[in-house]
Amino acid sequence: MDAQTIIPKRIALELRDGMLVNLGIGIPTGVANFVPPGIHIFFQSENGLIGTGPIPEEAMTQPRLTDAGGRPVTAIPGACTFDSAMSFGLIRGGHVDMTVLGGLQVDEHGKLANWMIPGKMVPGMGGAMDLVTGAKRVIVAMQHTAKGKPKIVKQCTLPLTSARSVDLVVTELAVISFAGGRATLVETAPNVSVEQVLAATEVELVVPQQVPQMQI
Amino acid sequence: MQTLSIEDAVAKIPDGASLMIGGFMAVGTPETIVDELVRQGKRELTVIGNDTAMPGRGIAKLITAKLVRKVIASHIGLNPETQQKMLSGEMEVELVPQGTLIERIRAGGYGLGGILTPTGVGTAVEEGKRRIEVDGRAFLLETALRADFALVEAFLADYLGNLTYALTARNFNPVIAMAAETVIVSADHVVPIGMISPDHVMTPAPLVDYLVTS
Repeated sequence: MDAQTIIPKRIALELRDGMLVNLGIGIPTGVANFVPPGIHIFFQSENGLIGTGPIPEEAMTQPRLTDAGGRPVTAIPGACTFDSAMSFGLIRGGHVDMTVLGGLQVDEHGKLANWMIPGKMVPGMGGAMDLVTGAKRVIVAMQHTAKGKPKIVKQCTLPLTSARSVDLVVTELAVISFAGGRATLVETAPNVSVEQVLAATEVELVVPQQVPQMQI
Repeated sequence: MQTLSIEDAVAKIPDGASLMIGGFMAVGTPETIVDELVRQGKRELTVIGNDTAMPGRGIAKLITAKLVRKVIASHIGLNPETQQKMLSGEMEVELVPQGTLIERIRAGGYGLGGILTPTGVGTAVEEGKRRIEVDGRAFLLETALRADFALVEAFLADYLGNLTYALTARNFNPVIAMAAETVIVSADHVVPIGMISPDHVMTPAPLVDYLVTS
């Protein structure tokens, strides 16, 4: 299994029946493909939709039914649409149970940087700052390292997305929780040792005596 | 409310005007009004919208035609041209978190001086802003935004100006329709008065100044 499969598959295990969930672009989008059977998840697209369905076949696209990247989506029966004030009221107001976002860096306290690289990439924060600030639970889906360099670092060198700490970071190597205020190694990916995770992480992780393997 | 040709409606917009433009990655942007702005060559515009779309669509056409002095938006990631012009200093770009941007516009339309939001506290967004504590929690004071014109895309309009929007094309449209001195609407379909059920009207007619049909 590659990172594009391991990460969303593991995050999908965090889903609970009836949750309102917002998925970011990239690896996070894949979480929708691994919803456990028998539960219903309300997926929100921040451009104003709850109940996003699969990507339609080309001939079935509707130009006014799109995701947050402007690409065609479908709406499942029971979906609803709303304006941007309502959409961000849902996000900022704590009505979104869980958000899954990509990350550039996460620091030792779980603070996330994911919206710009000064002088290089200035996409703008879009909805990321509101999501990290307002969602009940924030999960970061990212590769453990970038070009061999750790992304879980003592201090972010890139601008922060929010002063609020994220709850969980899921990578192709490990699950790391910040629930207790300190970065704690919760699980390792299949065929990955604790030592491998530690070597790829700049932050000193709390390592319990038993570190279970991801059940994916 | 007055119905106008697209040429006459856009002729009312002077150079240097501030425009709120509906749309999310150009979905819900009144493309015909944008095209006419380019044709008439309006200059030195300030554009307020969620994003600057992608080259060839929506707000991006105004940027390519060099008609924009300043952009206020939450996301420019799909438009490399906006990023280049921002980094080179050719165009001023103010990046605002999306939820803050829409609330600043809403405040402008609802008669408020601004809003208090937790978004941006402790980040680069806080620079130059007042931090206000309410019940021990930190918020930023974000001031209201208004514009000279709102350019709105609707799905249905009746001849009074009542509007509905379609699916994800609603986004910023009903909010900007409250926050500008003059509201110009492009509608897919214009229907007789009474055809839109009162419960389904999303923007009440008195807010609309000019209706152009596309």
